[in-house]
Amino acid sequence: MSQPFMFEKPVGMRDRLPGYFQAKDAIRRSTAGEMEKWGYLTIETPTLEYYETVGSASAILDQQLFKLLDQQGDTLVLRPDMTAPIARVAASSLQDQAFPLRLSYHTNLFRAQQREGGRPAEFEQVGVELIGDGTTSADGEVIALMAAALEGTGLKDFRIAAGHIGFVNALLVDVLGNDERADELRRFLYEKNYVGYRYHVKQLPLSTIDKNRLLGLLKLRGGESVLEEASALSSHPQAKKAVEDLKQLFDVLRAYGVSELVTLDLNLVMHMSYYTGIVFEGYGNNLGVPLSSGGRYDELLQKFDRPAQATGFGIRLDLLAEALQPSEEFPEPSCIVFSKERRAEAIAEAVKRRKNGERVVLQDLQGVESMDQLSEAYTDLYYYIGKKKEADTHE
Amino acid sequence: MSDFLTIAMPKGRIFEEAADLLREAGFPLPPEFDDSRKLIVDAPEANMRFILAKPMDVPTYVEHGVADLGVAGKDTMIEEERDVYEVLDLHISACYMAVASLPGYQKTDINPKVASKYPHLAAQYFKEQGEQVEIIKLNGSIELAPMVGLADRIVDIVSTGQTLKENGLVELETIVPITSRLIVNPVSYRIKDKQIDEVVERLAKVVEEE
Repeated sequence: MSQPFMFEKPVGMRDRLPGYFQAKDAIRRSTAGEMEKWGYLTIETPTLEYYETVGSASAILDQQLFKLLDQQGDTLVLRPDMTAPIARVAASSLQDQAFPLRLSYHTNLFRAQQREGGRPAEFEQVGVELIGDGTTSADGEVIALMAAALEGTGLKDFRIAAGHIGFVNALLVDVLGNDERADELRRFLYEKNYVGYRYHVKQLPLSTIDKNRLLGLLKLRGGESVLEEASALSSHPQAKKAVEDLKQLFDVLRAYGVSELVTLDLNLVMHMSYYTGIVFEGYGNNLGVPLSSGGRYDELLQKFDRPAQATGFGIRLDLLAEALQPSEEFPEPSCIVFSKERRAEAIAEAVKRRKNGERVVLQDLQGVESMDQLSEAYTDLYYYIGKKKEADTHE
Repeated sequence: MSDFLTIAMPKGRIFEEAADLLREAGFPLPPEFDDSRKLIVDAPEANMRFILAKPMDVPTYVEHGVADLGVAGKDTMIEEERDVYEVLDLHISACYMAVASLPGYQKTDINPKVASKYPHLAAQYFKEQGEQVEIIKLNGSIELAPMVGLADRIVDIVSTGQTLKENGLVELETIVPITSRLIVNPVSYRIKDKQIDEVVERLAKVVEEE
């Protein structure tokens, strides 16, 4: 490889300049503030984790992990998600605290990109984990919280799709008999390849009724009424339970007043393999990819030796900022330019203004490269220049 | 505004055929689209807008969400691996992906070379066959490669076999059948669900009758 240019950054890494940073910061404060209002406690976990523990539990594809070795030769990863680290904390540092735990985070995650290197490999996510509560009230709470957090940022016309991994699994195993055959079809769903799914179903040695049950899965999206169709497709106890879960979920969402935002999509299959129950994604109207996602993962915590049911979600702050297209203009500070003779006076003035909550830049005239650019950068300029202590001039 | 559907299509014959399917499905498209050099064509009565793109780029427009729907060959879907829903086989522009060579080609262990416009698909295929080959990416006129000795074999789409024949090449293996597919952006699929379901259902009726 040739030497990188001095200004180059590793693939997928980005600088965030002040305009973008402030816009993103405002969104972070708004979303994280909503999570605080719901009683979630913010935590931080290390950027580096062991590959063998958190890395393998995180279910992010191996080739997307940034790996490195520490001095002892152990493999480390830059954290690719927050669900696994929080599960680790819940099972270790917080093991004396009774469930349910309500934890939130806002932090940077790292996922190496394979294609189109310009995509971010480091991005900020805000989210919550509700650990130790298996009720549909908990499922509803996190979806309603996600809706409230998105709405609080001023995002318009967003929608949420909800599905249930338990239903897909139960239907496939119910019709096909074993998990191996179910896996083949699950892969088509995961790849969003409905054409391939249909062709695969058509060549299976099954009765027409069973084939139609499998094909029927693709049509299960829309309002609550699809739950009727869903329960007709499988009498498997887990499928029944999934339909019942979703019915109750809608009761919860109605009580929160957010059921209108949510559509059902029973073939929603997520890229994270640890999901076990209700899953969901959030979409913004002018963005091509989902900006948030989450779901129930009842089997992850037992990997850390504290079995518990859990659910949660994460919002991609970079994508949300893109969907919001916020103005990058924020109230700018004022600027006091002084010459050496009146420095003490200028500093006293700045201290006074800052105490009043104003944002003030203090600049020695001798350090200014271009007076023209300085007066363009600040609309409020105050001069403390010259020997005489006359009234300050304001331009 | 939100009931407007943007559809990315390859220029030329596939666009004509896909437009015919939409007319058959009862969408009021104009009988003919004038000025074939346009990149964006509106069909206001059908609430549709068409983006005319290079075939290989259609999944890209759809993945990024600037088009809600797209018509893309299965060949580009396999090659590009974009994150889009593949909802319907339109059964148009049917052809297949094949391996071809000059007549009398004997497999060799000495650094066999394969030329293709589809390096990803070709590499994947030979990996599955357990054969180690060097893939050479070309952007067109693939038939030239074995004729001038750039590669022993080529991987390319074959529709009638005429082009291969004219260049004195023979087909060795079929890799996968190819037709055009209707693809959908994952977010549009959820936000414009009702309109998109309607398009899919009406088109499904038309293509399944054939």
